[in-house]
Amino acid sequence: MSKLNSKVPKGPLSEKWTKHKNDINLVNPANKRNIDVIVVGTGLAGGSAAATLAELGYNVKTFCYQDSPRRAHSIAAQGGINAAKNYQGDGDSTYRLFYDTIKGGDYRSREANVYRLAEVSANIIDQCVAQGVPFAREYGGLLDNRSFGGVLVSRTFYAKGQTGQQLLLGAYSAMNRQINRGKIKPYNRHEMLDLVIVDGKARGIIARDMVTGELERHSAHAVVIASGGYGNVFYLSTNAMGSNVTASWKIHKRGAYFANPCYTQIHPTCIPVSGDHQSKLTLMSESLRNDGRIWVPKKKEDAIAIQQGKLKPVDLAEEDRDYYLERRYPSFGNLVPRDVASRAAKERCDAGFGVNKTGEAVFLDFASAIMRYGREVAAIEHIENPSEEKIRELGEKVIESKYGNLFQMYEKIVDENPYKTPMMIYPAVHYTMGGVWVDYNLETTIPGCFCAGEANFSDHGANRLGASALMQGLADGYFVLPYTISDYLADDIRTGPIPVDTPEFDEAENSIRMQVDKLINNKGSRSVDYFHKRLGKIMWNNVGMSRNEQGLKEAITSIRELREEFWRDVLVPGEANEVNPELEKAMRVADFLELGELFAVDALHRNESCGGHFREEYQTEEGEAMRDDENFMYAAAWEYTGDPGKAILHKENLEYENIEVKTRSYK
Amino acid sequence: MKLTLKIWRQKNATAKGSIQTYPIDGIDGDMSFLEMLDVLNTQLINKGEEPVVFDHDCREGICGTCSLQINGEPHGPDRLITTCQLHMRKFNDGDTIVIEPFRAKAFPVIKDLMVDRSSFDRIQQAGGYISVNTSGNTIDANAIPIEKDDADASFNAAACIGCGACVAACKNASAMLFTAAKVSQFALLPQGRVEASRRVLNMVEQMDKEGFGNCTNTGACEVECPKGISLENIARMNREYLSAGLKG
Repeated sequence: MSKLNSKVPKGPLSEKWTKHKNDINLVNPANKRNIDVIVVGTGLAGGSAAATLAELGYNVKTFCYQDSPRRAHSIAAQGGINAAKNYQGDGDSTYRLFYDTIKGGDYRSREANVYRLAEVSANIIDQCVAQGVPFAREYGGLLDNRSFGGVLVSRTFYAKGQTGQQLLLGAYSAMNRQINRGKIKPYNRHEMLDLVIVDGKARGIIARDMVTGELERHSAHAVVIASGGYGNVFYLSTNAMGSNVTASWKIHKRGAYFANPCYTQIHPTCIPVSGDHQSKLTLMSESLRNDGRIWVPKKKEDAIAIQQGKLKPVDLAEEDRDYYLERRYPSFGNLVPRDVASRAAKERCDAGFGVNKTGEAVFLDFASAIMRYGREVAAIEHIENPSEEKIRELGEKVIESKYGNLFQMYEKIVDENPYKTPMMIYPAVHYTMGGVWVDYNLETTIPGCFCAGEANFSDHGANRLGASALMQGLADGYFVLPYTISDYLADDIRTGPIPVDTPEFDEAENSIRMQVDKLINNKGSRSVDYFHKRLGKIMWNNVGMSRNEQGLKEAITSIRELREEFWRDVLVPGEANEVNPELEKAMRVADFLELGELFAVDALHRNESCGGHFREEYQTEEGEAMRDDENFMYAAAWEYTGDPGKAILHKENLEYENIEVKTRSYK
Repeated sequence: MKLTLKIWRQKNATAKGSIQTYPIDGIDGDMSFLEMLDVLNTQLINKGEEPVVFDHDCREGICGTCSLQINGEPHGPDRLITTCQLHMRKFNDGDTIVIEPFRAKAFPVIKDLMVDRSSFDRIQQAGGYISVNTSGNTIDANAIPIEKDDADASFNAAACIGCGACVAACKNASAMLFTAAKVSQFALLPQGRVEASRRVLNMVEQMDKEGFGNCTNTGACEVECPKGISLENIARMNREYLSAGLKG
């Protein structure tokens, strides 16, 4: 039998999860005290899973590379969290949330998982409110909702532009309660570097104490990986500097299949790169596209003059501007979906019409919205014959009330006043839909090794909808994994503590020690960042927003060469047994250099365009993505064979029993 | 831009540290402060020297990892931002910039500019939560309406990123603003009232145990806080503490 058994329960879609919960084996509370679980990563998925597992009675150890669980990168999520509460009475339902998510994912996700996600979403909000998460409220005291892209209802709960922060602090507080009770032992400033498998089961990890440099052995009856996405393979992304693929990649190398690595979300509205010194990218909320118009100059000489600072955008005549989204997509205009907006910006910049000094930016202009709002307010306030200046002043106030904090953030970074001159934006890598393959129980192809949150592949298909990442992280951690894991752990009640003085732990620790020593003793001539930046350039240019066969083949060759060069010439200063950020980065970049190749291999094999994966060969005459459901309606799960370029493909066919598969059209 | 950096270097927690001087050139005003340090570190690595260690992660002002005392101010001269959001255009060609770690007995130096803020975690563990299980089997989220002003005030307190600037700014290295922010977040919500007394007593006890100093109301913490956490929270915590003591 193939290892790819999704274990989706039988029965009608809406009864699968309830029935499954009734069928799975449970562990008696007294026995839970004898079972240890390791959780790697303390973001929304890992933090909530750790707290819940500890509450249920398991002994939990958490690991995070940050100095506190509260700093995991879930904290940076801005917009909100979806839940099918239907508080607005606008016709929302579990089915509608399920349907939107499947369609948004371009019919490349697993139906049963997505339905379960929609089903448990409402409970997340109840849970978070009980924990004291201060969601936005209306004057009547009830919870407020906002609307997000791609859906027709208001189902997004939020806490200003800091929803991720508040939800993460909620999970962190639940963790703290268990730490105080002694049920969670936190290992902060610790990085998981390998998985230990004993008799075919995940039984522990090797972690490096990032303060002393010591390699530690930790055993458990099960290991949960919740270490987030791998967007930093592009070097520049909206991820945190430390976000990495190491935990996911190391379990992949130990036998966990890695699914759909090429599905990456590139967000259209980020602050552009300002120079080679750039270390990361900052998102500007998608909501700005409600009022901002996107344009570049029509003539190349104007673009060059703007790039060189010789021409101000406000001085360019209306007829010399190309509002290319409005031109190409008259019905959706500036509100086309993320992938379409991103690709269109890249197309203009590649053609030489970019508007900043690097040539990689387009304008997001609020001038017409300011004047429109200004005239509205003047009319409401009965101001007769208002001057142009007065209208502008009134309009700016309206824009400030809607987007003030974003405008302030932009001004701090770019040092330009976006009320007076158009914002500059450019697409950036934001989220990875692909990840470790898991079954319905969130178990990987390694027995006893589970994977939750952005690190797994299961719920978003080829494209994620806004405000769904937070929902998935907390659904996995609070409501799914803590129960499904018991089905596995029920067999371990008599196992007793797992010893760490065994050949399996010796082998894993030695392999990591050799890698560390090799890096420290290499004494090459180039810094880790040098290689990471070059990898990022290859990924961005050839495996980024649009891809083609030739470019992908070139990328595979270049990444292989770069990987060899890295191991030959990398320079890691300092010692292994001390705080050494360069060593930490080197270990992570070594894994990105392998993942990057598999990423390109996956993109090359998928001869279709779907969601965030756009292959130039597969598009309609109007430049729209062309899916090939006949040949590619499957999740591509890759098995490691010792060489990332020679991974073996396993297919999980996706079956849609409750939804009609259609073309995703935005025309 | 040409600058002179005077940076605290300290090999490890037990070693003696000192200020070292590094001239640096070619700094662009569009660089963030941490990107300027990246440039310095690349130069040091290429020269075969050890780079300067500093804490950082999200680089967008929300994770609370970055710190740094810059010319005597936590997170540097600008207001309502973290060090990662500080840009070099705030400095002038020829400036000398002194960069030190956050200084407090409860924040021991680990290496160079990196400090140990686990004392903050322990204060939270002592009571910074509502004792409710995460089963999801609670009451409906809209069962208890909460006055918008209270919900907003609770959010404003909860916006604390736990960076420690309040402690570094305080002449007594007091953690009152940090602790008060969490106490306030829950004290303002009905679901947090249930164990409010126990929470404030336990958190304050832990705060004292960690070796933070007392509050003498200078207000420096509020000025330097990158999230604008208000001194009102300290007043609220003092009231909570007093009434909890009377009950006790």
